[in-house]
Amino acid sequence: MEPSLASYLALSGILFTIGAVGVIYKRNAIGMFMCIELMLNAVNLSFVAFSRYYSDVTGQLFVFVVMSVAAAEAAVGLGIIITFFRNKLSVDVDDASILRN
Amino acid sequence: MATALFFIFAGFAIACAISCVYHKNPLYSAISLIGVFIALACVYLTLAAPFIAVVQILVYAGAIMVLVVFVIMLLNLEEESPLNRLRYLYGIGGALGLVLLAQTFFIFYAVTKNQDKNLKPDDSVGQTLNIGAAMYTEYLLPVEIVGILLLMAIIGAMIMSRRLRRAKLELVVDNKEE
Repeated sequence: MEPSLASYLALSGILFTIGAVGVIYKRNAIGMFMCIELMLNAVNLSFVAFSRYYSDVTGQLFVFVVMSVAAAEAAVGLGIIITFFRNKLSVDVDDASILRN
Repeated sequence: MATALFFIFAGFAIACAISCVYHKNPLYSAISLIGVFIALACVYLTLAAPFIAVVQILVYAGAIMVLVVFVIMLLNLEEESPLNRLRYLYGIGGALGLVLLAQTFFIFYAVTKNQDKNLKPDDSVGQTLNIGAAMYTEYLLPVEIVGILLLMAIIGAMIMSRRLRRAKLELVVDNKEE
């Protein structure tokens, strides 16, 4: 007896929901960044589940690609956050309004 | 057995995810997120995907979260101040959450109802040998593209976090104005 495909998809969907709500609620840039990582992980879980249940290795390869994109995002995103903090002394996204005027 | 493990780690992952969103202190959020990653790695093990599970621990819990925790320490962030404007975001966030949850339950219902009897879970798919063989034969081009993407990310991060010599820049501007 093992869990069905539907239960993996449900877990994936719940984690994605929590991540999406978190991106909207969080105001500091690092919190938003972490919620985006959570959403990426939820999608990875559904890829692996489909790959297992349909016996296709493509899903796992795509997880590998998504992880590389997440690593690249971490490097560049945290660089942006550090530069922003250096200029504004805050990581609150509400302070990122220099283009408004 | 696999079912029991799945539900234990699924509950752990959801609890850690909620605590990640709930905590105001970014460091607590980061530690909860590490809990989510480790729980998901265990869920991958119940899916017979040991390679993905190990890469998940190495890349996410090992590399990305260390970087995030390092940045939190470096910037010495204090707790978020309470939301005083943009109050309508609460409504938007709640509505989005409800829509996504409804969608999740619909997917669960639809997949359970139309269960394909021919689905045979295959344990050999997730093995490192098969992934490696596919990665370096059929999917060679995506792997190369990923390599170039990582190179671009390295260069971009270096350029971004380099300290500009502000004094010299101002000097150039002054000269032009004269």
